[in-house]
Amino acid sequence: MALSGIQIYKMLPQTNCKDCGDPTCLAFAMKLAAGKAELSQCPHVSDEAQAELAEASAPPIRVVTLGQGDAGFKVGGETVKYRHEKTFVNAAGILVALTNEDDDAKVDAELKNLADVSFERVGFTLEGNGVFCWDKKGDKDSFLALVNKVAAATEKGIVVSSADLDTLKAAGEALKGKKFALHAATADTADDFVAMAKEYGCTIVAKGDTLEDLAAVGEKFVAAGIKEAILDPGWTGIRDAVTSNIAIRRAALDKKARELGFPTIAFPCAMSEDLLEEAAYANIVLAKYAGLVVVSTLDAAFMLPTTVNRLNVYTDPQRPMTMDQGIYDINNPTADSPVIITTNFALTYFVVSAEVEASRVPTRLLIMDTDGMSVLTAWSAGKFVADAMAPFVKKSGISDVVNHKKIIIPGYVAQLSGEFEEELGAEYEVIIGPREAADLPKFLKGL
Amino acid sequence: MAFQFPKDTYSGSILEIAVGSGDGIAKVGGQNVMPLCNFEGDVPNRALVAMEVYDNVAATESWTAEAKAPFADVIGDPVAWAKKCQDEYGAEMICLQLASTDPNDMDTGADEAAALVKKVAEAISVPLVVWGSESAEKDAEVLSKVAEVCDGMNLILGPATEDNYKKIGGAAIGYGHTVVAQTPIDVNMAKQLNILLGNLGVPANKIIMDPSTGALGYGIEYTYSVMERIRLTALKQGDEKMQLPLICDVAKYAWKTREAGISEKEEPGFGDLKTRGILWEIVTASDLLVSGADILILRHPESVRVIKKVIDDVMA
Ligand code: SF4
Repeated sequence: MALSGIQIYKMLPQTNCKDCGDPTCLAFAMKLAAGKAELSQCPHVSDEAQAELAEASAPPIRVVTLGQGDAGFKVGGETVKYRHEKTFVNAAGILVALTNEDDDAKVDAELKNLADVSFERVGFTLEGNGVFCWDKKGDKDSFLALVNKVAAATEKGIVVSSADLDTLKAAGEALKGKKFALHAATADTADDFVAMAKEYGCTIVAKGDTLEDLAAVGEKFVAAGIKEAILDPGWTGIRDAVTSNIAIRRAALDKKARELGFPTIAFPCAMSEDLLEEAAYANIVLAKYAGLVVVSTLDAAFMLPTTVNRLNVYTDPQRPMTMDQGIYDINNPTADSPVIITTNFALTYFVVSAEVEASRVPTRLLIMDTDGMSVLTAWSAGKFVADAMAPFVKKSGISDVVNHKKIIIPGYVAQLSGEFEEELGAEYEVIIGPREAADLPKFLKGL
Repeated sequence: MAFQFPKDTYSGSILEIAVGSGDGIAKVGGQNVMPLCNFEGDVPNRALVAMEVYDNVAATESWTAEAKAPFADVIGDPVAWAKKCQDEYGAEMICLQLASTDPNDMDTGADEAAALVKKVAEAISVPLVVWGSESAEKDAEVLSKVAEVCDGMNLILGPATEDNYKKIGGAAIGYGHTVVAQTPIDVNMAKQLNILLGNLGVPANKIIMDPSTGALGYGIEYTYSVMERIRLTALKQGDEKMQLPLICDVAKYAWKTREAGISEKEEPGFGDLKTRGILWEIVTASDLLVSGADILILRHPESVRVIKKVIDDVMA
């Protein structure tokens, strides 16, 4: 897929004019192939060559944008099968399914969820990304009313689904100018969808009940020069959804199959009537490669675990398991704020800092390097013990930022409090904190 | 161009391990493909769901009303609790948590704990996992005694760690049990502990690996990737030292999180606590199933119902 230096060289003017800063076109081509130069540095390259090179350097899975401006999101662009290899790039979009058979109360409630259900976590805002509007009734008027209502309510992503081309065209007209998607093209209707994509500037979704059928639609899209498309491998349950998503990811990455090189859409909402089961399915397809996940509700109790999971799955896998030793401020502490000492195991830090943050009590965490061991492990390994902790506390600089000498230790190591106090010296006071981080808010508020 | 399903190839398989005894014997492992890739190889055994039972009332004090309700009539009676999980809630294994043996807790003695384990094991037919308090020294003492008292029952004993594997491993060999080898979310340490147990004489088909569970929102991504890497090493590179089933202690960590337990009054934006707590466990378990778990230890009957259903679905 990636072009070699020689292949690129053949597309350059071959005049060795040096305007790019390199002595020869060949040298420049080599740099391009290695990703160390930008094509725009050559002012003389032809438009055709430019288009061809851009095409050749396109990612194996295309990126699709849905929604407007800040409310919009990207999916696709993935480059690996296992998250430890490299960060998964664009977090899956979560869409709520609304149909023209739903009553107003349901539609209003979900549009409100779409607007309001949102969580702040480690600097990220977690929320739903849009609506999958489905013409379940096969009725143009009521469907257009739904689409217009949704479009008026949100700038987030909209996927419009109808079995009727006229209805889709009307929806396309209504949404023209927005970043939305039309669902779903089969081998028979692929040409109509391509035409609509060009007419309305939208993304189109290919559907196939088998991977062969899906690939055939994808081929038509690619042949027509479609760059933003989505693949729907069918609604037939979790087993098929997982199998298709794995196959599509492999085909796109390993076989460079352009016709399957698009993000996918999955429908946990259609896999079960039971919300708990649906949540399991949604989170499985989230981990196994779906680009869009269509769910039956954006209710907070459902969205919190689901969006946190999405955040976790799409997190940089290189993030270390240890924290740097030092003082961590939480909730803007002052000189009077309490000080908690604990180890530098990342999971310990996440749990403790999340609880302290939730308590809203201004606090400082004194994180000690214990080679990334948790409290109990570090204690039994002799790393989180009084004669190691005391010198650390004194060198940490904590006494420069607080005006007291009180240190809170994890309840699990209550037994070392006496010795710790001795090692620290008479002016210090060691306070035994709770064993479980979950009890920290109550503890801190009670101080 | 005709579409060809891009199948992956593997050079190793996971050892099949039989746990429990008599009619209640269950098998885990045996697969020769990555998780959920049933379409390109053999997956002879489905993943199994164990339900946890606690040895004393105190351990459940911090539980939400929702987590406690299904066990209201049996908390404090581990035998009845285990039977209820097996008979009413469809537990495929029981995991007896010996929380009260913790030296920082009630420090229940080894003899007392072992007697309880035997009673529970005799009352149920499904395999029994016996989990220590994760105090290395005490677990060595307690689990050695359990091994002896339950001679020949092929319990799953753990967790054995770098610090106490000799005692727990030795007792398991002596009395025919299976060991849980626990390491702190690290591929190399996992392999090393398997080697150490092997050198001690524990047969490979008597070891189940616990990569340590980070709950949803609290490091699950680390566990997830370590499990995938362990499986890739075992199956694609054929590393025999890694070809063992994986057990995940989901319940304890999922339910301990703030999100699974905080009331709607304190966090109105988090939604219905009842659904949220169960979902925290279900989503944590779903991720671990996707990354390769062979045994999942769960708490809530609803989580058990859903995860068993999901396992049935993906095994189809
Ligand atoms: S600017 Fe373009 S034409 Fe000139 S030497 Fe560089 S690559 Fe060749």
